[in-house]
Amino acid sequence: MTIALTIGAANADAPINVARNVGFGVIAAFMVVGALRVVTTRNVVHAALWLVVVLAGAAAQFVLLAAEFVAITQVLVYIGAIIVLFLFGVMLTKAPIEGDAQLTRTRWFGGALVAVLLCGLLSFALLDGFGEDRLPSDTRLTLRPSAVADFEGATGITTEGRSETELVEEVNALEGVSGADRSRFLTTARNIADRDGGPLDSNTGAVSDAIFASYLVPFEVTSVLLTAALIGAIVIARKE
Amino acid sequence: MLENAFLIPLVPAVSFVLILALGRRLPRGGSEIGVAALALVFVLSVGVGIGWVQRVNHPPEAPHATEAEEVAAAGPAAAEEPGEPGEEEHHETPPVVRTVTWFQSGGHEFTVGTMVDGLAAIMLLVVSIVSLLVHVYSTDYVAGDRRYTHFFAFLSLFTASMLMFVLTQSTLQLIVGWELVGLCSFVLIGHWWEEKPNSDAAVKAFLTNRVGDVGLLVGMIVLYFAADNSFDIIRINEMANAGEIRHLLLLVASCCLMAAVMSKSGQFILHTWLPDAMAGPTPVSALIHAATMVVAGVYMIARLYGVFWNGLSIGTSTLNLMAVIGAVTVVFGALLAFVQNDIKKVLAYSTISQLGYMVMALGVGAWTAGIFHLFTHAFFKACLFLGAGSLSHAVHSFDMVRDMGGMRRTMPTTYKTFLVGTLALMGLFPLAGFWSKDEILAGASQLGGEGGYRLMLVMGLIGALMTCAYMTRVLWYVFWGQPRGAAAMHTPHESGARITAPLVILAGLAVVAGFANLPDTGVFSFVPENLALRFEHFVEPTAAYFPGATDEAFGHPEFSITIALATLVLAAVAIGLAYAWFWRGAGPHGIATRNPAARAGYRLLENKYYLDHLYTGVVAGGTKGPLARATYWVDQHVIDGVVNLVGTASRRGGQWVYDNVDQRVVDTIVNGSGATAEGSGQLLRRQQTGKVQAYGAYLFAGATILAGIFVFIASAS
Amino acid sequence: MLLNQFLLLGAVLFSVGVYGVIARRNGVAVLMSIELILNAVNINLIAFSAMDGAIAGQVFALFVIAIAAAEVGVGLAIVLVIYRNRRSIDLDEVDLMRG
Repeated sequence: MTIALTIGAANADAPINVARNVGFGVIAAFMVVGALRVVTTRNVVHAALWLVVVLAGAAAQFVLLAAEFVAITQVLVYIGAIIVLFLFGVMLTKAPIEGDAQLTRTRWFGGALVAVLLCGLLSFALLDGFGEDRLPSDTRLTLRPSAVADFEGATGITTEGRSETELVEEVNALEGVSGADRSRFLTTARNIADRDGGPLDSNTGAVSDAIFASYLVPFEVTSVLLTAALIGAIVIARKE
Repeated sequence: MLENAFLIPLVPAVSFVLILALGRRLPRGGSEIGVAALALVFVLSVGVGIGWVQRVNHPPEAPHATEAEEVAAAGPAAAEEPGEPGEEEHHETPPVVRTVTWFQSGGHEFTVGTMVDGLAAIMLLVVSIVSLLVHVYSTDYVAGDRRYTHFFAFLSLFTASMLMFVLTQSTLQLIVGWELVGLCSFVLIGHWWEEKPNSDAAVKAFLTNRVGDVGLLVGMIVLYFAADNSFDIIRINEMANAGEIRHLLLLVASCCLMAAVMSKSGQFILHTWLPDAMAGPTPVSALIHAATMVVAGVYMIARLYGVFWNGLSIGTSTLNLMAVIGAVTVVFGALLAFVQNDIKKVLAYSTISQLGYMVMALGVGAWTAGIFHLFTHAFFKACLFLGAGSLSHAVHSFDMVRDMGGMRRTMPTTYKTFLVGTLALMGLFPLAGFWSKDEILAGASQLGGEGGYRLMLVMGLIGALMTCAYMTRVLWYVFWGQPRGAAAMHTPHESGARITAPLVILAGLAVVAGFANLPDTGVFSFVPENLALRFEHFVEPTAAYFPGATDEAFGHPEFSITIALATLVLAAVAIGLAYAWFWRGAGPHGIATRNPAARAGYRLLENKYYLDHLYTGVVAGGTKGPLARATYWVDQHVIDGVVNLVGTASRRGGQWVYDNVDQRVVDTIVNGSGATAEGSGQLLRRQQTGKVQAYGAYLFAGATILAGIFVFIASAS
Repeated sequence: MLLNQFLLLGAVLFSVGVYGVIARRNGVAVLMSIELILNAVNINLIAFSAMDGAIAGQVFALFVIAIAAAEVGVGLAIVLVIYRNRRSIDLDEVDLMRG
């Protein structure tokens, strides 16, 4: 077994941004401590509040990774709604607020063993598999230079100084392209044309494009699922 | 019409909604909508048949000729219509495909559509004819039923699903149709769900089919990825034929799909639901559990034949899973038919046996023979089932030993049509069954190199022999002898015209359907070229998605006078033996009670090889409730369940062969295995605390270990 | 930034969540641990999305959040029913599946 740490690290030339790394480290430390407190504290309400720390930390990491929309959703849905639900749950089940030794099972060693093994295994696999891979410095998903280069390579259209209308026409004139590819090219073409500060020049725009175009069906299915869960929760919890 | 084939499933689907919405307010409870819809479907299907015949005769570029009237006159046997002389050489006739995008997701397009070729056209005809006749029959048979309207609604829904399944263009749509017919089958078997056995039978059918559906899903997913993310049946078949998919993937996919075929088409060992499904109303049995739905598995093999052909190496090796399963089913199904006293159950086991012939034919590479048998079998088996329904209408019982007898005098029309259906099923010259069964047996003897399929040939011949014998038994009990039970108490009378008319039509089809594929070699070389092998000419695909067009090894069996004579002689022997046994009272009657060997065999058959015990006891009992219940069950039941079962079976065998020589050996083994099972059960039981979190811990620990193994393998290599 | 720093953070959160699911006795606390697991998954999705420049990762993270909301709703309803029937949400007492 050899650990392939050095072979083919992606984006090896991407510059290291010290401020971001420091930010990551601080947030990650908070998250790990928070997570440990969630599963060890003797007070359910405290556990819920520590969970807030973890969730907020995750939202901050999303911002670091240029996923602003997911970060905002995380704050709104998780911290705004789910934590409140948890607090209601704690309140309605009259769990003892203070010093509840019973919150953890007496035989927790097995769980700890499994968790440590799992963590070790995952770390090994990740270090082995991804080694020194670096994230690209430009995290705007749709508009990084390689996306433009890919587009030009795949379609043979030069993009420099072209208007959106021209690009769309040229994509539509392509032959031998499947419908899915064509719609992907069209999206890229529009983004390239909007490259200088248009509304699509952000990952939020790209997310909305993806949800309401290529992932429309799963999106609708999710809404059905939420309705079903809503009705299910009412039916289960109602008194009778 | 070929492009607009989507109308065909649409009509009964609309009829389903209309019957549910308006049925109760109509004077005939919605049945008029159903019958009208099916009449329309029949006309449209004939239109598709004509369209296809023209397409084969005049491949796409050629202008359409106007011979519609002639073909229409031939009606259901449109495929018999002679082609233009001089066009016997194979032109490639591509199927007519029409698709629309169903939805797009994540850059993938999902399409639905219709695909019409000869196979689809002939299935459309079979389904629409039988369904139409069953609708007409049902207006009388279930008259006065409290869920009359629902019955017709679900008959319509079933027909719509089946037609959609037949016309499927993508494997995704195939799965949808497959599940829909299963659902309708469930609803219709449990039509009289107030009685416990009926709802049990419905649940059993549903659950047994779920087992196969797992195979279907896995197989289709494998095919989807194997064919570069495509659900397109034609594309999958073409890639399989062109060798663009790895053989291992095809093998895995075909084995998974065979599980689905075994459950849906009642192949041994997943056939057990089919006889129980006879708890449904008789028209349902005729339509769903004899003529149409149960052949869905066979149809799927035929549809994806490129996959099976290459996956199971049908063209190059002699023994393959499909042929073996088919051959085993032929014999084992027929054996079970001997011990049934319920006439519908005899017919059900007979159906299993005949489905075995179809699967076996496809397994030996005789594609056309298998589909031809599907075609002829649908008519005579529907005729027999509807005949059984007509009998029970008169005596209100299906027990032919206790409640029937001598009914040839009181129900002459039913008797004559039943007789025709029986003779066709036996395969007597020149009825339909003769031609198709003979072609299958010829295929088993001629394909696969020098006698490679001899096993299948022998099994097929034995099956033919037994078919004749048990059907003679049915004839004796039902129509000869003295009236017994209900038949004696109140004189049965012939059923009404709405019941007898479908019987007569089906009996007529059972006579003529075989002429659709007259051979033109050997003693039949006098048959004019444009009358012979019409079925093969029109139904067998000629484009690249079918192995016949791409693979040299694909062959067509030729008519063999030896086999034809052999089957006829065997049939005569079987009928003669059965005649001597029943009519003359000759032979060792009562052997089953005197001789322990015969008794053991009889018990084995009577308990249907104990498969039901195996499934309900061991398998279902074992998985019911999570692991805890399973180990608990092992604790409690292993000894009196499995071991007793094995024990009694082997003990009986031991008694029979060695008398009581190795009584002790058997006992020791039995007790030993019992003790082992009990011990391991006790050991396992202690781990079953019933606490979900303990199970969660096991789950994660197991996953960690498995993942560790994978990581180790991946980093070591 | 390395890809691995995010993935390792996810792995740690996941393992802590697994520990919580196994070791906690309180139904609500178990649900919280499940949230930890789901968040670990989300961090991985977003990290790979940034790595590959594919928007699908973010979209699926949003789906995971939606499903987590549904899961908490139903899960808390179940906990509530258990509490109502037994006056306790101690999962060690819920052992109807014992053999």
